[in-house]
Amino acid sequence: MDAIAVRDLTRKFGDFIAVDRISFDVKQGEIFGFLGSNGAGKSTTIRMLCGLLAPTSGSATVGGVDIRRDPEGVKRRIGYMSQRFSLYEQLTVNQNITFYGVIYGLGGAALDERRRYVLDLGRLGGLENVRARDLAGGWRQRLALGCAILHEPSIIFLDEPTGGVDPLSRRQFWRLIDDLSAAGTTILVTTHYLDEAEHCHRLALIHAGRLAAIGTSAELREVFSGRPVLEVQASQPVEVMRALETFEDVEKTSLFGMSVHAVLSAPDVDPAGLADRLRLLGLEVTSIERVHPSLEDVFLDVVERAGAQG
Amino acid sequence: MYTMLAVGGKELRQVWRDPRTLLILLFIPAFFLLLYGYALNFDIRHIALAVQDRDGTPKSRELISGFVNSGYFDLAAVARSEADIERLMNTNEIRAALVIPEDLGRRVRAGERATVQVLINGDNANTATTVMGYALRIVTSISGQLQPEQRIVERAPPLTIEPRVWFNPELRSTLFLVPGLIAYIAMITAVVSTALSVVREKERGTMEQVRMAPVGTAAFIIGKTIPYFGISLASAVGVVLASMALFDLPMRGSWMQLLLALSLYLVGALGTGLFVSTVADSQQMAFQMAIVVAFLPTLILSGFIFPISSMPGFVQLLTYVVPARYFLVALRSIVLKGAGPAAFWPDLVALAVYATSVMALASVRLARERR
Ligand SMILES: Nc1ncnc2c1ncn2[C@@H]1O[C@H](COP(=O)(O)OP(=O)(O)O)[C@@H](O)[C@H]1O
Ligand SMILES: [Mg+2]
Repeated sequence: MDAIAVRDLTRKFGDFIAVDRISFDVKQGEIFGFLGSNGAGKSTTIRMLCGLLAPTSGSATVGGVDIRRDPEGVKRRIGYMSQRFSLYEQLTVNQNITFYGVIYGLGGAALDERRRYVLDLGRLGGLENVRARDLAGGWRQRLALGCAILHEPSIIFLDEPTGGVDPLSRRQFWRLIDDLSAAGTTILVTTHYLDEAEHCHRLALIHAGRLAAIGTSAELREVFSGRPVLEVQASQPVEVMRALETFEDVEKTSLFGMSVHAVLSAPDVDPAGLADRLRLLGLEVTSIERVHPSLEDVFLDVVERAGAQG
Repeated sequence: MYTMLAVGGKELRQVWRDPRTLLILLFIPAFFLLLYGYALNFDIRHIALAVQDRDGTPKSRELISGFVNSGYFDLAAVARSEADIERLMNTNEIRAALVIPEDLGRRVRAGERATVQVLINGDNANTATTVMGYALRIVTSISGQLQPEQRIVERAPPLTIEPRVWFNPELRSTLFLVPGLIAYIAMITAVVSTALSVVREKERGTMEQVRMAPVGTAAFIIGKTIPYFGISLASAVGVVLASMALFDLPMRGSWMQLLLALSLYLVGALGTGLFVSTVADSQQMAFQMAIVVAFLPTLILSGFIFPISSMPGFVQLLTYVVPARYFLVALRSIVLKGAGPAAFWPDLVALAVYATSVMALASVRLARERR
């Protein structure tokens, strides 16, 4: 049975539809990524799945428990780390662990064992008596995760767990997530860092409350089969982009920093010929090559199509 | 039970470590007590008084000691003539003079009306009328037959009895106002501390994290309220003790009854704070709401400063949902009058009803918030 099964889940705030008939399944032990820009509806979906927010319509089961019928049962089975690391700033590492342990019904030897586990997992050894507010970002993040999984949940929801954390700590954090997943824990994680999405076994792209695409990152990239993506380096990227858009065999372009990505409308277009045509227009091209579409390409493409469909 | 203690213990540690909360809980009461206490101190004491006793009978001496023993007047001079008084007045050696006619003793004995003359320096019309109020009351308290003839020297305003006298027949404005101040300070500390503590958890996101755990709302609320109840009760008792030291507030009744009244009142106040926190999303909003639902009513609609009986009818109706109204009746009865529960039990019941309803309302709202 799937760890999480979501069917037509919808949430309205007044007339505004924050989450619009979303359906997907997450297998046990899977790291499932939820991708979307700010306001897409990621947090709202997670909060419904955690039993914190009642759906307007649709249904979902988490760990086999119906989120509408038994939100408290859901809570007992899952761990949740909200997008702000929810620690008590004034309390020490140890006191935060104790507090969260006790409200989850842990005590005595069980709590001590989990405390050791969490300190170890988060590499927090030696920092037990440091106040949460004095911890650096990466440590706070790992303490927050630790506090969320004190009760050994089999399913964990992480809402933008890496916001405001340095790249090194982010990498450490993902290693930790990989370990948890390898141990059989199901993880649903939201992010708007597309590079992090590569850590996820499967991804859902959501845009304006709708599920725009779902699959492994390789599957998602298939939207570009038959439509090669070229990366053009040039000294005047904006002008190059405008010129490319006038070409018949270029479907669309987008700017990635100082380089231009061009999606071709046919698989047999010659990159060199394209470069020559640009040079004829008096534009300098440093390099032009076919690239593997990035998730960002996929995301933009999917969002654009979703937009075109209305 | 254990979770309740955990919530409470955590809260206490946080309060201890968070200077802002401690400030609210400890210094604000002290600050308000001093600021308002002295600002509201309408009493004028140690008024230099000259006496011209043309009678020299026991009755006249009784009247003089009535003035001196009131605590308001200090005998500064014994005048021999009207000229004396005028001179003392002009040199500002005295602010008031009492002139007793030669036939006072005889007239009182004969059961006739007698007139005593009270002269007051009218430089400050407000002070003058207040002092006149005191004099009036002293004179009539000595004997109903005495007829004070009031004269305010210089730019004398027409003598009207100062409005304060209506709701403070003992003319002890400090004593009348201090209980109101106690109610006000207790309300502020209790409401602000709980409201801010919950809203801070919302702002930080810890509230959502706590709500994820299988803790019932009841355990959370009780756990959260207990430490603030203890702290605000201690703080309120401190304010009462300080009022006794600073403003001569008496304690004529039972401490147990006072603690009971205080506790009921504080539970209501803490509930109000919790309720505010279910509505407000930011500390700033919580503060503004607290002003509207708690501070202003306690200040204006409780009988603290303005007597309820002199309010327009519909405003009087409003005062029925202001817990300070009931608390003040109980507090004044216990502290000032030494009255037993017979005098104020309906008010205690009203306080209990308010506390229960507002707590229930806050719990329902807290439980429903996730929906
Ligand atoms: N409690 C709420 N009331 C009203 N609108 C809300 C509420 N929560 C979220 N929204 C709106 O729903 C949309 C989706 O929000 P959210 O799920 O937080 O997005 P994301 O996490 O993907 O950034 C946003 O437009 C947000 O403003
Ligand atoms: Mg979000």
